[in-house]
Amino acid sequence: MKPFAYLRARSADEAVQESAARPDAVFLAGGTNLVDLMKLGVEAPELLIDISRLPLDQVADTADGGLRIGATARNSDLAAHPAVRTRYPVLSQALLSGASGQLRNTATTGGNLLQRTRCPYFQDTSKPCNKREPGTGCPARDSAQRDLAVLGHSEHCVATHPSDMAVALSALDATVRLHGPDGERTVSATTFHRLPGDTPDRDTEIRPGELITEVVLPPSPDGAASVYRKARDRASFAFALASVAAVLSVRAGRIEHAALAFGGLAHRPWRAHAAEDVLRGAPATDETFERAVDAELTAARPLRDNAFKVGLARNLAVDALAELAADS
Amino acid sequence: MDPSRGRDDGAQQPAATGDRSTLTLQINGTERTLTLDHRTTVLDALREHLGLTGAKKGCDHGQCGACTVIVDGRRANSCLLLAVAHDGAAITTVEGLADGDRLHPLQEAFLDRDALQCGYCTPGQLCSAVGMLGEAADGFPSHATPRRAPVSAPAPLGADEIRERMSGNLCRCGAYPRIVEAIEDVAP
Repeated sequence: MKPFAYLRARSADEAVQESAARPDAVFLAGGTNLVDLMKLGVEAPELLIDISRLPLDQVADTADGGLRIGATARNSDLAAHPAVRTRYPVLSQALLSGASGQLRNTATTGGNLLQRTRCPYFQDTSKPCNKREPGTGCPARDSAQRDLAVLGHSEHCVATHPSDMAVALSALDATVRLHGPDGERTVSATTFHRLPGDTPDRDTEIRPGELITEVVLPPSPDGAASVYRKARDRASFAFALASVAAVLSVRAGRIEHAALAFGGLAHRPWRAHAAEDVLRGAPATDETFERAVDAELTAARPLRDNAFKVGLARNLAVDALAELAADS
Repeated sequence: MDPSRGRDDGAQQPAATGDRSTLTLQINGTERTLTLDHRTTVLDALREHLGLTGAKKGCDHGQCGACTVIVDGRRANSCLLLAVAHDGAAITTVEGLADGDRLHPLQEAFLDRDALQCGYCTPGQLCSAVGMLGEAADGFPSHATPRRAPVSAPAPLGADEIRERMSGNLCRCGAYPRIVEAIEDVAP
């Protein structure tokens, strides 16, 4: 690890100003991914700006019945929060299906969004990687890509985003609040993460110096139920091979509201707009669910070893929707 | 929320230059002041600077749990915590679990159940189990908690819950069945 200076920010403004003045600076919150990447040599900041003691850890109702989640709220606290467990169960379940008890106690909401891919080539500085070093190539494409993307990848990058939480946030139509040198702005959780295209070094739409201050959930749609399903190589403490966050409300046998997002399949949480178009207004039957999910996954372009993910994701999604329909 | 208001914890703000800072950690009830390179993790501070070698360095990447300690009442992977960021924290290590000569009930249970073979992961297993029992008592759910379980009520701990909640602690000897039994003995 390279030596670095350390600054404990006294305010979000100070953190942002220092960051804007020092392009070699990185924000530190829980550090569960950042410290690991520094040990691996993937990240080598010259200044860490510690934001973990800023008062950004509150979780509170918004005036319209939504929920405001501070950027430094811990993953374990958020998963246990009564408002999350009762009104947004998909978010609690997604958080609890990720990492371990120790890591969830340390990891934050903002850090979870900004965690980097676990593609083995990205994490190994002796290997080329377009995400780590633009222009060096992507050996993952033709090598160990069983765990990597089937949707939205490019010739430059086949990485997946590892977060479970972000998949639930996409299905919940959450927004990400950013505080930057030029003021504040809001980005949809669904478009906060990018597809790789020819600039896979950029994971998100965040701009230099910007700090995530909070994530805001809109009110849960009337009568909506939600669930997170995840398939992985072992029963616990493993990243998703495929996962799905589903939100559904059904009235008199017809689907009123449907939101579906996949994890483990792409460079970002994959919001299934094509599936939602089929679901909305259709009868809540297995036939509808299968047709909807197939309409989405027809866009899949599996690599040599990961075609299994498409069927896995399909079955997870159809099963999750059927479970929600049976409950409503 | 007011992002301009910092937590008033009396800690000095370190300068944004230099690569070392002086900090204080409360280790097993005793204050220890150290001047450390910023790269020093809590695990390395314990093992290399304070002579507390109970917490183990297994993977050093947060994947094995051998370094688990309790920080401000919560279990955490000390290999991923930078000491400088934890100035003022209260840390309990395996050396701090016993009350004098009286072992912690979990330590007794691990002995009674022979819940180890080589013992390398045991300090992390013990600290993790202590933290985990506290989380369950506080009503924190897990992936194994029934989805319709009452919110904020203490979570009952059967073997499935214990396995899920302890999944961040690996045991290469495979002593898991007896580790689960030992924790079940102590769980309410």
